[in-house]
Order: sequence, then structure tokens, then C-alpha cells
Amino acid sequence: MAEFALPANSKIGVGKTINAANGAKRAKTFKIYRWNPEDGQNPRIDSYTVDLDKFGPMVLDAIIYIKNNVDPTLTFRRSCREGICGSCAMNIDGTNTLACLKAIEEVAGDVKIYPLPHMPVVKDLVPDLTHIYAQLASVKPWLQSQSPAPPDRERLQSPEDRAKLDGLYECILCFCCSTSCPSYWWNGDRYLGPAVLLQAYRWIVDSRDEMTGERLDMLEDPFRLYRCHTIMNCTKTCPKGLNPAKAIAEIKKLMVVRR
Amino acid sequence: MANGSGRPLSPHLQVYRWQYTMLTSILHRATGIALTVGTLLLTWWLVAAASGPEAYATAQGFIGSFFGMLILFGWTFALFYHLANGIRHLVWDAGLGLDLPNAERGAYMVGASSIGLTLLVWIVGLIVW
Repeated sequence: MAEFALPANSKIGVGKTINAANGAKRAKTFKIYRWNPEDGQNPRIDSYTVDLDKFGPMVLDAIIYIKNNVDPTLTFRRSCREGICGSCAMNIDGTNTLACLKAIEEVAGDVKIYPLPHMPVVKDLVPDLTHIYAQLASVKPWLQSQSPAPPDRERLQSPEDRAKLDGLYECILCFCCSTSCPSYWWNGDRYLGPAVLLQAYRWIVDSRDEMTGERLDMLEDPFRLYRCHTIMNCTKTCPKGLNPAKAIAEIKKLMVVRR
Repeated sequence: MANGSGRPLSPHLQVYRWQYTMLTSILHRATGIALTVGTLLLTWWLVAAASGPEAYATAQGFIGSFFGMLILFGWTFALFYHLANGIRHLVWDAGLGLDLPNAERGAYMVGASSIGLTLLVWIVGLIVW
């Protein structure tokens, strides 16, 4: 059953306020979700006011600046800083996106930053992805075949068949979509969510994969697939401009067609 | 959802900015519930009509009152919203119109047609009545 309120240990308090924008022409305040597993306290919102002229244009630049110059305890994941690794996925200004692709300029007023929604928090902006990774593994996101590979070359694919993977293979598994989905919030224990279903579809439509039937059998379940109610938050929030809702609709169509 | 790890749950509904996608979806569910409850009113009216003139007068009196009309007005909107958005879902289930511009266009069409049809029915209804 859906629980709309946060559990007692997750209620958010007010934290510290740090002004590090001495004499700044362009000051901006970042309100960031903090939780330290070692202090036994509830999560809180810390407020950092910084000088925008001291760092680059993206939200990731700002939080790296804060970590390096203002508060070294601030914890978050980041790696490539160019939208291809998916590490810095977080909730910025109310929607999920990659901090490295989100321009500070796009946010009017204070920049509010939370971890990906409805996830267990490891520390600050770092969510625990164990469960969602296990869900990804459950759809076997790799090529499965019965027939042996040609001895002298790769398994070939026509340009048309290859084109079917466009809009699917680009997914970087940042999980912005799954954690934007109210259905995943309420039923994430059993519903696979948009990111994992898009991966499932990526292998279902691959002309080289020979386990389409088994893959569909695995998804034919009231929860795993059919908790998708086409809310479309996933497509709306995807920082890579992909369309998980469409991929899920295609899986549902295949379910009907094969009857 | 308790995760058994002692870890806090990150905020969700509390912080997620309302999207038209979320709004049309939750309205579909809300109007569905409203229609179910509204059907009880319709049942009461029909049962009253079958039970005799006195019971019918009571039911008709309530439904014809300002409060009753207000409920009927809401019910009419719920009916047309649920119908229009149901058609939107039917189109989606055919795999069509799932791109963002069309999804947004669909949301506006559902909003406009449900409000328009509700007003039309009431204008026509009040003129005939």
C-alpha cells in the first residue's frame, strides 16, 4: 500500500546556513539535502550561499565548489561531468536530472537539491541502488542466443534492425526516470520501473537475441510490467531525451500480439 | 516502504514538482472514484423511482436542490474527463502519441473537451429543463 508521508526517521529538519559569497556580484543559494549515517540525526537541509563567478555554469560545478571550498563533508556521486556516466543523477529544482547537464541559470530562486526520490539514502545525495540493480539483472540485459555465433564474423544485423535500437541503447542507467515514477514509488518492490523495462525492451527488439519469448514470459506479471499507468513522468524527466513510456507501451503491445 | 536498513527514505511527493503528466494521471483516478460514488446516487434515484411517488419526491428533492445540482455538475465533469482521458489512454495503448509534445497536446485536449462538454450538457440541460 502506498505511503504518501515520509517515515519518522526520514522527516527533514532545518540544518545550517553558510554564507560563502563575500562581496559577490552574483550570489546564489543552494539548499541541499544532508544525512549523515553516523550522527544519529534526521535528514536536514543545509543552505549554502556562494559566488557564481567562482565556478562553472552547471549545478555539478556548484556542488563540487561547495565540497572543495565550503563544506568538505558534502557527499555526492559524480564522474564524467558530461552526461554520459549517469552518476550525478539527483532531484534538482523539483525534477530528476543529471547535475552536470543542469544549468544553474535554468533555476529561478534558490537551487533545491535532493537525492533521487523515494530511495534509501546512503549519505547526503547518494541513494542506495542495490535493489534497482538487482531488478536490472533480473531482465538479463545481455544478448542470449541458442544458435552458435558464426565462426568467422560477428552476428550481423540489417540497418533496419539496428535502427530499432535507437532511443534504447543510449540509456546510461542514471535512474532519473524510475525514481520520478509515482508507480515505482508505491510499488518499487515488485514493479520493475521505466529504466529496467526500457532495458528489457532493448533486448526484446534486438534481432540477434533469441530469447524474446522467455523475456516476455518473465514480464507477463501484474506488477513487473503492468504497474505502468502511462503517467509519463519518466519520459518528461529523462536527461538523455529517451522515451521509456513508449518502450513500455511497445512491450504491452507485444504481449497482446503474441496471444 | 520500510527498507529495514535504518536508512532514511528520500523525499518524493513532498519535493517533486507537479507535472502535467502526473496531474492528468491522478485526475483520471480521482474521477474514476467520483464516478463510482456518483453511481450510488443514480442507483438511489432509480430505486426511489421504483418504490413509489413519496420516495421519488425525496430523492428528486435532494438531487434538484442546489447541493444536489453541485454534485451532479461535478459528476458530469468527472464523466467527461474520465471518458476523454480514457480515449487518450486507448490511443497510447495502440502505441501512438507517446512523444512528449503529443502527450502534452493530448492533456490540453482532454482538459478542454471535458470542460467544454460539461458546460454544453448543462447549458442544454438547463434550457430544456
